[in-house]
Amino acid sequence: MMKVPFGYYNTLTIFRKELRSYFNSPIAYVVIVVFLALVGYFHTSTLFLLNVASLRQFFSLAPLTYLALIPAITMRLLAEEKKSGTIELLTTKPLHDAEIIVGKFLAAWALVCIALAPTLIYYITIAFLGNVDNGPIIGGYVGLILMAGVYVSVGLFASSLTENQIVAFIIALLGVATLFILDKILIFVPGWMTSIIEFLGIDYHFSSIARGVIDSRNIIYFASVLSFMLYLSTLSLERRKW
Amino acid sequence: MSIAVRNLTKYYGQEKAVDDITFDVKTGEILGFLGPNGAGKTTTMKIITCYMPQSSGKVEVDGLDTLERSLEVRRKIGYLPEHNPLYLDMNVLEYLEFCAQLHGLKNGVLSQRLKEMVDVCGLGDVRHKDIGELSKGYRQRVGLAQAMIHDPEVLILDEPTSGLDPNQIVEIRKLIRQLGRAKTVILSTHILPEVQATCDRVIIIHEGKIVADGSPEQLQQQFQGAEMLMIELKADVGNAMTDILPKLQSLNHVERVELLSSDTNKHRFILHTAKGSDIREEVFNKSVAERWALLELSRRSTSLEEVFHKLTRAEG
Repeated sequence: MMKVPFGYYNTLTIFRKELRSYFNSPIAYVVIVVFLALVGYFHTSTLFLLNVASLRQFFSLAPLTYLALIPAITMRLLAEEKKSGTIELLTTKPLHDAEIIVGKFLAAWALVCIALAPTLIYYITIAFLGNVDNGPIIGGYVGLILMAGVYVSVGLFASSLTENQIVAFIIALLGVATLFILDKILIFVPGWMTSIIEFLGIDYHFSSIARGVIDSRNIIYFASVLSFMLYLSTLSLERRKW
Repeated sequence: MSIAVRNLTKYYGQEKAVDDITFDVKTGEILGFLGPNGAGKTTTMKIITCYMPQSSGKVEVDGLDTLERSLEVRRKIGYLPEHNPLYLDMNVLEYLEFCAQLHGLKNGVLSQRLKEMVDVCGLGDVRHKDIGELSKGYRQRVGLAQAMIHDPEVLILDEPTSGLDPNQIVEIRKLIRQLGRAKTVILSTHILPEVQATCDRVIIIHEGKIVADGSPEQLQQQFQGAEMLMIELKADVGNAMTDILPKLQSLNHVERVELLSSDTNKHRFILHTAKGSDIREEVFNKSVAERWALLELSRRSTSLEEVFHKLTRAEG
């Protein structure tokens, strides 16, 4: 009898527990405040100079703040459990390793989305100020959410590798920075590789979605990197059995 | 709910932590795992609870293989890992609810079990406190409550009383006794009185191997040397050495008599008697016949502690 190694109820239980522990500790509040302060400052400081009713500044800045903030959110996810030994408690309960991974992933992703939600105020305010092209804004938000998903999955994998949160943070930072930088170093790679490297870079896909065109190629990129990282995290959690 | 462990071996790299262990635990039995630190107790428990797989051998819980039917095995087991890891930022109820949900409890059954465990484990006063704020004794109770929340048929407790003060130890032992009724329990410890106080059966492990297996009484008998009897007499006779000692010596089974102290008319002796003999009655009758007043009579036999030392002392 083959069973699907996944259940909705257990994943939801893990998800709720993780999200609650973000809000039980200062992490969630610090992340939300820092994120909003950074993007808020740069958004408003140039808005009137440019005199254009758009969120372009916001959409070009948010990915940069992600680079440091998302690793900070994800670093504790598994590293802390390993350090305190609670991972033993969790993995001897009747649930699949994949359920643990997906539950934790969704919780951290949800936290980023919660931090993103108040920025809708920028949209409302500029909509009063002038004519807004809605396409790029919807695309921008979809892109930011997908990008956050990929970064969270990279951070979760980093956290599964070590029991030290600082190490997890640094590995995650390197990982997401690499994804971010790939399509900006094209001049350094040989010609035949450029299109591959460009396709691997996350900003290439983000910018194309943020222009307001949601292409299946971009969606496939985000979905496949994300699932690959979750798969690696599950393997890494199962490493105790090797 | 029985547990069968067959030829279990576990390597950590080159090092053999568990070496070809075989034993059975019967339904309703409380089994004590005894051994010095690093003997392989924790490793064996981690394998039974499906935390890690063995290098070779087989473990079955209620006939289910721990490798092939891991989820079903985990459903039947309540486990308190070593050092009792807990989520310190959750409060007691949140934590127990989380554990109950992972065991698939829902709605009515869940709140019913929560209430029961809070009552049984005496957590009523602290149920809304963060676990991080609790004392070690309370944390241990939370750990036990967590292990028991789904009313498992098998309980596996790794050093359930380590780090507690003597009063807390007595309480936790009582709790285990009480909860362990009608359950199959394996608990590990390196504290000997604990085994005598709580377990029906003891397995002593040393360097990954089982060196003794039996009830605490059986082990004591098996490894017993000569019995000793300590007596104190009051007799108005002049000399203990010449008048009393030879009379004690003449009793059946007595191998040797030592005079411990002699103080005007009170004398203390130690009687070394043959293995397995009990001559307390004869000593009493003799004193009556001789008109000695028997002030004290106590039997000293090999303690489990001595058995343990004998078995686990590093050879060579």
